[in-house]
Amino acid sequence: MIAYADFKIESLAYFSKKMPNHVRWVLQQIKSRIERLNALFRPVMHYNCSAHHEGTNMTEEASNISSDTAAYPWSKNEMFLFRAALAFAMRDYTNGEEFGVSDIHPCDETKRVSFWFVVTRPNTTDLVDKGTVEMAIKKSRNRINGAFLLTDQTLEFDGIYPTLAAPVSPDTPPWLIVFGVVMGAVSVGIIALLAYPLVQRKLKKNKDADDEDSDEETGVKTAEIGANDGIYNSTFSDDERFTQM
Amino acid sequence: MKLVLPNPGLDLRIPNYEDLERMEKEDGDRPKWDNKVQYILTCVGFCIGIGNVWRFPYLCQTHGGGAFLIPYIILLVLEGLPLLLLEFGIGQRLRKGSVGVWRAINPYLTGVGIASMLVSLLIGLYYNTLIAWIMWYLFNSFQGPLPWTQCPLNDNRTGFISECQRSSTVDYYFYRVTLNASASIADSGGLQWPIVICLLAAWTVVCICYIRGISTSGKAVYVTALLPYVVLAIFLIRGLTLKGAMNGVKYLFTPDVGELMNPTTWLDAGAQVFYAFSLAWGGLISFSSYNPVHNNCMQDAVILTIITGLTSIYAATVTYTVIGFRATGKYDTCISENIRTLLNGFELPEDSITASNYNAALHHLNSSYPDTVFGLDIKTCDMQKLLSEGVEGTGLAFIVFTEAITKMPGSPAWSVLFFIMLLCLGLSTLFGNIEGVVVPLKDLNLFPKRWPQEALTGITCLVSFIICLLFAQQSGIYWVTLFDNFAGSIPLLTIGLTEMIAVVYIYGIDRFNEDIKFMIGKKPCIFWQISLRFTSPLILLVILVFYLVTQAQQELTYLVWDPDYEEFPTLASVPYPSWINVVIFVLAGIPSLVVPVYALCRLVYVRCKKKMKPEKDINQMKTIA
Repeated sequence: MIAYADFKIESLAYFSKKMPNHVRWVLQQIKSRIERLNALFRPVMHYNCSAHHEGTNMTEEASNISSDTAAYPWSKNEMFLFRAALAFAMRDYTNGEEFGVSDIHPCDETKRVSFWFVVTRPNTTDLVDKGTVEMAIKKSRNRINGAFLLTDQTLEFDGIYPTLAAPVSPDTPPWLIVFGVVMGAVSVGIIALLAYPLVQRKLKKNKDADDEDSDEETGVKTAEIGANDGIYNSTFSDDERFTQM
Repeated sequence: MKLVLPNPGLDLRIPNYEDLERMEKEDGDRPKWDNKVQYILTCVGFCIGIGNVWRFPYLCQTHGGGAFLIPYIILLVLEGLPLLLLEFGIGQRLRKGSVGVWRAINPYLTGVGIASMLVSLLIGLYYNTLIAWIMWYLFNSFQGPLPWTQCPLNDNRTGFISECQRSSTVDYYFYRVTLNASASIADSGGLQWPIVICLLAAWTVVCICYIRGISTSGKAVYVTALLPYVVLAIFLIRGLTLKGAMNGVKYLFTPDVGELMNPTTWLDAGAQVFYAFSLAWGGLISFSSYNPVHNNCMQDAVILTIITGLTSIYAATVTYTVIGFRATGKYDTCISENIRTLLNGFELPEDSITASNYNAALHHLNSSYPDTVFGLDIKTCDMQKLLSEGVEGTGLAFIVFTEAITKMPGSPAWSVLFFIMLLCLGLSTLFGNIEGVVVPLKDLNLFPKRWPQEALTGITCLVSFIICLLFAQQSGIYWVTLFDNFAGSIPLLTIGLTEMIAVVYIYGIDRFNEDIKFMIGKKPCIFWQISLRFTSPLILLVILVFYLVTQAQQELTYLVWDPDYEEFPTLASVPYPSWINVVIFVLAGIPSLVVPVYALCRLVYVRCKKKMKPEKDINQMKTIA
């Protein structure tokens, strides 16, 4: 990537629209643009990049930037906010050097909300090198995202990759919990199924013992009445009703 | 037609009609169904398995969509229905498990029962491994975000692990986190302990559900057989409301009548019908032997056929709504990426290119600035190609579906539902499987008679779990695929063919007709006569021959997950090592060969006994004299 070698000295980031309604800084990948910029910046390190531009009118066109939470059109005020946020980032990184809004110079802005910018030291025209700017942006990335109500995916500086948050990993893996519950239920079920007939048998044995006692009592009772034992003697049956003529 | 092979002593071996009536009145010690619903649900659960969700839709889509239903339904009626009646009728009549039935028809045919048992065992082993993987995904679904939505970070936290970056999060989760797949079947690696404990869970659940035979499994099927239908209904409603679902359904059912000329279509339809009905596993014979003698098995066969056919179509519709949603999502992403690239490349304002004018804009830009457009490397987004990425098997459930679920709102709930459905589908099939293993073991007197049913189930599950540890290794997935391809194909076809020939020509189709008349009250009509005698055995024979021919011609290769492969993440196709032929012989050859080998051994044994018997008689006479 020859382009990078050329840009090493400059501090440049190209701000452009990545996808519909998203905002992105992107380094120019396309050869023609790289060549154009090489021509633009190689001879002289000039902070006023728009002075060297081939005269295209950098009018910001109002375009809607929307994220999940807000939709707002891009305007000069938003650009001012961007410059302020970046100045804050530079101040934060360099521990107090008094960067101001005037030290951030955007240029080459297109209709697609994309632009390059350079950063100069306060009160001078010395350019801050790309590495420092990148580190500053990395450090304050969250704040810059927050200022625009955007995220790492919707607001990107090309060449500055976000440090990824580690995936959440809980202390006890949740699957072990579910597994424990299932195995516990199944084990209880198996023990219950195996123990149930044994318990039933024991209950039945007790019940049988009780039944025998009650049988004896009733046996005594019926013996007293004499209904089941004994032979029916028909001699004493009353059949006179039938013999009367 | 009197084409019956001589079968002396048949009447001595089987109970006659008076015996059957007597057994019906007495309360024998043979288990019984609590009610007809339990029986039907058990059979439905046995027949409707995971294959209906992940094999039938794939076949449908690759063989001409709606047109595939024609060979499927024709073969369902001509091949599946007669075989079902055969298994139901013979089980209900002879009131024994699969070994007992074939032994009663002719002792030389016991090999058929043993083959059924071996096949059921081999299939049960790898099937329960699939259940273990499903359980793993189920256990992991109780968290949000789902663990397969994120890649783990690499060491210096600037990006994701390269294997995950190059493939996808769901691929990585399945092949690396779950299976830790090695790069070849020979490279077994160690045991993956999460899979080991999931296997333990799977076998324990099967054990508890079947612990007292059908008296426990009959209660469990109320849940395992009915819940999948409820979940499919929920997914159908969810699926139809997703964007792009109708693309998938339309793609699935658009008929391509030309495919009907292709013999592979008919072959695949026949094979699918055969496996869908779980025929020749021995489970159906066992289940119908617990029925009352006068149960209407013909009606049951028809009911089961209708339910299986409708469920296959139902499950295919649901599957393809989700696949359509996924394909549409990918297509939209592809178009958006291209639009972004174009907007960036040409510095055009926002919203000048949208999805609706994308094609026109691309054409215009391509004609004005062809070089630039070429340099931008725009990918072609083809919806048909995305829809035709037909996946089947584990790929469908664990990769395609899990990816689609992550895009639905409330993904953990959908994931839990989906995997519970797959779990129920698999478990209900496993009940029939285990029935087909435990009951023959009992009939073969391999266990002491006084051991209770619980001990038999426990021992079978324990031994199976230990053998299943083979699948818990890092090469486990390749073993599962091997078993799937070889243990469940040729032996089943052979056994099915032998069953038909045995019942029709050795037991006698006339006797079978009389039995049906005794049990139901009317003889089977002409359709059954012709199909049982000619069409079904013929169809089975044709399928078996074609299968053998195609298998013999194919080179033995398999797909591996190899991060070092050039075209990773596509699976690499590597040939099997040479020792795999032994394994294939064990899986496919031994169950098929048990049938003739047992008959031969018995022949030899009987001959030897006869030779010894005259000598014994002479000795006895000598002692008397």
